[in-house]
Amino acid sequence: MMDIRQQRKLVNFFALSMSMMAVVFGLFWLFWILFSVFELGVSALGVDLFTKMTPPPGSEGGLLNAIIGSLIQVGLATLVGTPFGVLAGIYLAEYGGHTWLGRSTLFINDILLSAPSIVIGLFVYSVYVAKVGHFSALAGVFALALLVIPVVIRTTENMLVLVPNSLREAVFALGTPKWKVITKVTLRASVAGIVTGILLAVARIAGETAPLLFTALSNQFWTLDLNKPMATLPVTIFKFAMSPFADWQRIAWAGVFLITIGVLILNILARVFFRQKHKN
Amino acid sequence: MADNIKSKRSSSLGELIFFNVTRLFAILTFLILISIIVSLVNGAMPSIHKFGLSFLWRSEWNPPMDEFGALVHIYGTLVTSLIALIIAVPVSFGIALFLTELSPVWLRRPLGVAIELLAGIPSIVYGMWGLLVFAPIFGNYIQPFLTNTVGHIPFIGRLFQGVSIGIGLLSAGVILSIMIIPFIASVMRDVFEVTPGILKESAYAVGATTWEVVWNVVLPFTKVGVIGGIMLGLGRALGETMAVTFVIGNSDQLDTSSLYAAGNSIASALANEFTEAVSPIHSASLIELGLILFLITFVVLVFSKLLLMRLNKQQGQRT
Repeated sequence: MMDIRQQRKLVNFFALSMSMMAVVFGLFWLFWILFSVFELGVSALGVDLFTKMTPPPGSEGGLLNAIIGSLIQVGLATLVGTPFGVLAGIYLAEYGGHTWLGRSTLFINDILLSAPSIVIGLFVYSVYVAKVGHFSALAGVFALALLVIPVVIRTTENMLVLVPNSLREAVFALGTPKWKVITKVTLRASVAGIVTGILLAVARIAGETAPLLFTALSNQFWTLDLNKPMATLPVTIFKFAMSPFADWQRIAWAGVFLITIGVLILNILARVFFRQKHKN
Repeated sequence: MADNIKSKRSSSLGELIFFNVTRLFAILTFLILISIIVSLVNGAMPSIHKFGLSFLWRSEWNPPMDEFGALVHIYGTLVTSLIALIIAVPVSFGIALFLTELSPVWLRRPLGVAIELLAGIPSIVYGMWGLLVFAPIFGNYIQPFLTNTVGHIPFIGRLFQGVSIGIGLLSAGVILSIMIIPFIASVMRDVFEVTPGILKESAYAVGATTWEVVWNVVLPFTKVGVIGGIMLGLGRALGETMAVTFVIGNSDQLDTSSLYAAGNSIASALANEFTEAVSPIHSASLIELGLILFLITFVVLVFSKLLLMRLNKQQGQRT
């Protein structure tokens, strides 16, 4: 009897220790990656980074055009993707959640949410870039917007479904038409959650590289023309990090630092924002 | 009176417009998926015509000669994802177990956020870090260690032989595992949390240890969801591009069974070659690779979603 009991305790002790090891294992990578990014990134920071263009190999330069390019494309993609996603999300939550169309769209949206982003790039290449015959920032915006949409749809739908029906019924009882109930009441009740979703979507596309490789491509020079290839931080990092030049690698580390900080801040902001709004 | 009727009409017009606009966007979402598949099939047509089904098992990838086969890429994609799962599944299980059963309440949230931040780090960061920081250490210390220990085991040992250069299929698999741990762990945590307390308490009441409760009560109760979470992680691993491109070595030849060898995955072949493809058949073959990748992940994700839905349904019935 004693033996079995001790054996069970031992197994339990072993399993729980392994569980703690697993947590340590996970945190170990997080801290190692963050540590390297800070160590190598901070030493590469400088004013040049924000005032100079991406350099040819072997000379000094910065990331100005890539930073602006990223801001433009991520910003536009969010502007395009958000209304699209919110409207589709409204349909799924308020109108068609139980129809054939609603259920299959929700299902498909979850597939799109995890679909490989490089395939999205390939898709935009074949339907847009190949047709117009040149790479362009517009194609990059198109690809990034396609990544924003499923995230926004998912969160909008989730948040609207959470709004209690009694709230809707109270407004209906006053004779309000449904579309006004949705825009004036349910949408407002769930705005915190939707904004959180948008922030997370921005965080996701800010670091996306794969869908931009065949769409926005990259550009060594300054441009604001959406019909021309445009540099972005992730694609520039990809190009520079894979190169054998020490100068380029240094700039790539600085870029990695900027992106990581940006994305982590967005992630944390989204969580804090969501929590505070929901406490009230 | 007239005013009243007018406002009623305008509001029903508003309703009509609003309803149809929202429905239009839902339909568009539906169409995105279909047009992705159609456009990929369309773009891959020249290659599908030329190579037929043999594209799937031909290992030759020779752009100058216009000879293409997907075997090396499919192999690289599957092997790296499999390595990632072998590492990530037990670790994620451990993390989920800790977060739901062991952790003090005040630690749960920060720890959960920390693990989720791993998922927030962009893949390009994993890639660059993997190539410049992780690979040298992996090649100098871990790989020789593996060769000297696991490498001597008959049969499996062959996988761990060869030159330790730090990049290759194994390194790509390890990096992928770090990237998918947060996805699998958070699904596992969420499904573990829905296990009814009364089930767990009954088991504790008859003297079960924490491990026995998790292994014999929580896991059987949630196994559908756990498998769904693993599939979700697999879907992520299969399609991951940048992190793999940096560390897999990008070699289109594969003549050894060693995991140290450089290989190529579908996604990294696309990332590296697509903009440089000159001949139409090269582009078409790459698009066909993309199509294969999309179909594989599609099946995996559908499977994952169906399992997770089944768990929710089961949940609804029991409560």
